[in-house]
Amino acid sequence: MASYIARRLLFMLPVALLVSFVTFMLIHLVPGDPARVLLGEEATPQSVAALRQQLGLDRPLGVQYVFWLWQAVHGNLGQSIQLQQPVVQAITQRLPVTVELGVASLIFSVALAVPLGVVAATNRNGRLDWLVNVTSLLGTAIPSFVLGLLLILIFAVFIRLFPPGGYVPFTEDPLGNLRDLVLPAIALGTGAVAVNLRQVRTSMLEVLHEDYVRTAWAKGLRPRQINYRHALRNALMPLLTIVGLQAGAILAGTFVIETIFLWPGIGSLTIQSIFSKDYPVVQGVVLLAALSYMVVNLLVDIGYRVLDPRVRYDK
Amino acid sequence: MINNTRQTPSSRKPWSLMRFFIGRVEGVSFAQQADVPGEAGEAGDAAIAFSPTGTPLPDLLDTEINAGVPKAALPVRVLKAIREDPRWLFSIVLAVLVVAAIFAPWVARFDPLAYHPAIASQPPSLVHPFGTDSLGRDQLSRVIYGTRISLSIGLVSILIGGGIGTIFGLIAGYLKGWVDQTFTIVIDALLAFPSLILALAIAAALGTSLVNLVIALAVVRIPIYARLARGQVLQVQALDYITAARASGTRTGKILVSHVLPNIISPLLVQATISVSFAILDESVLSYLGLGAQPPTPEWGTMINEAQTYLTSDPWMMLGPALAIVVTVLSLNLVGDALRDRLDPRSWTRLSVGTSQ
Repeated sequence: MASYIARRLLFMLPVALLVSFVTFMLIHLVPGDPARVLLGEEATPQSVAALRQQLGLDRPLGVQYVFWLWQAVHGNLGQSIQLQQPVVQAITQRLPVTVELGVASLIFSVALAVPLGVVAATNRNGRLDWLVNVTSLLGTAIPSFVLGLLLILIFAVFIRLFPPGGYVPFTEDPLGNLRDLVLPAIALGTGAVAVNLRQVRTSMLEVLHEDYVRTAWAKGLRPRQINYRHALRNALMPLLTIVGLQAGAILAGTFVIETIFLWPGIGSLTIQSIFSKDYPVVQGVVLLAALSYMVVNLLVDIGYRVLDPRVRYDK
Repeated sequence: MINNTRQTPSSRKPWSLMRFFIGRVEGVSFAQQADVPGEAGEAGDAAIAFSPTGTPLPDLLDTEINAGVPKAALPVRVLKAIREDPRWLFSIVLAVLVVAAIFAPWVARFDPLAYHPAIASQPPSLVHPFGTDSLGRDQLSRVIYGTRISLSIGLVSILIGGGIGTIFGLIAGYLKGWVDQTFTIVIDALLAFPSLILALAIAAALGTSLVNLVIALAVVRIPIYARLARGQVLQVQALDYITAARASGTRTGKILVSHVLPNIISPLLVQATISVSFAILDESVLSYLGLGAQPPTPEWGTMINEAQTYLTSDPWMMLGPALAIVVTVLSLNLVGDALRDRLDPRSWTRLSVGTSQ
């Protein structure tokens, strides 16, 4: 196990290096002189030169990269131009908000997808199966921002059940925080529900044909016990991979959902930074997003080995 | 049995096209015919609703789907496919969307850009089925022009991204060795970015324009196709006919293009159908955020962004573009799924997961 993790980490190293290089190069995609773009048209040549020096733009590209990487490894992703604070600080301040939204929508998606998937699989080709499938198809086809606006319209404008947006920290007002959370989490999680649901249904259908399930039936166990305790356990394995892959989509989804629901998280920070041309922040977010996505997928692979004894004894 | 001469419906009324459809199916066995009228009716209605030019549907399908197959058989074939797998019904929806996109100036009744302050913010009516926006522009006409933008951006970005990715994957999988290892690292690095975030960052850095949007969306598709193509090549290239081609001294380029590529193309095509829908979703998200199409371009995401301002007073302004996105993505997903099952029933893998919104 330890050697497996070590090997995976070793393979991650060149990939992470390349990821950092791609992220570094993003700022150089900006047409023209980044320093001038950052400061705007009316900037004096002196201030442009000063910023060029601060960003290290006056040095050769390779040197710039090594310098940037060195700083990044030491937890310094530069200075936000708009916010007048270090990028890392700007991100970590807003991290809890985004994590809360992301985790809530993942929980929502799994909590809804698993029972629905089991119901669909155990009623294969029945009416419930059909209904669940159609819902999941619609779920994949509705963009989260459309769903978000729709939810605001229905549950905040027509029926005033939830606030149309805004965020109260949990520590200040736990109940208000949860009320703020409901609509954004549903809007963000629904796409994932659809995908997870299909996965649970497919793998349940596979598992239900296994011998041990037939044995369970022969033993006279109750259907609920067979479906949930025996079949579902094994059917859930592939879901883990999917949820890992979804982490990236969910993270990207927070950008839109936070903007719609006015949440002060990393997503809305990024969108604001893009429009105020605060590229160091954008760069920092992109780098951290990619690295955390890599880590999540590593954890998923490790989790697989921990949970599934057949994989564990492979190597 | 099946009439080979071309017929066109005598009028544009739905029932004539329906009769035309049913007439075509007369040669088919009784059992098959039983289900046909209802489906033909739906298909006919859809075609009429979007086709004021009166272009008969079978002509379109001939050119869209099945060039080179005996022509008169096509409606029958389509109906048969729909009977076997209702998902193919959505291929007709797709055909209608493609027609609406190509012939937008003829299909749309109003100028999508002209301001008419006198009729601003009207709710849906017979003249304006999706209402008018805050500047008095007909929402339906804007949605129809939006089909043009979304479909072409979706297609072009997939063609570019998929093309480049496939070439990378072909070369990496075939040459192996250090080339392959380097490619794999590059692919892994690109896949490490959540695709929408990377697209967002590229679009933001390049600046907002439709061309840059296409570039951003194309770049994020490259690794997906590269990995897929590479995997396929690794399977195919161990086969005897490749060894034979190599032994007979065929050049590597020729082996790749005329022996390897044709044998790996179907999973790539399936992936392409599905990823066009992802590209359209991503495109609408970026445009909604203001990083893609810019007003007054009639793009669905941009339109929803504009409609959002009037969410509480005129909520129906969202209706047209939202419906357009959902119908388009749904159709592409369903047809992609049906295509996947038809081309390779075994490939129920997780190709399409993780690239969504």
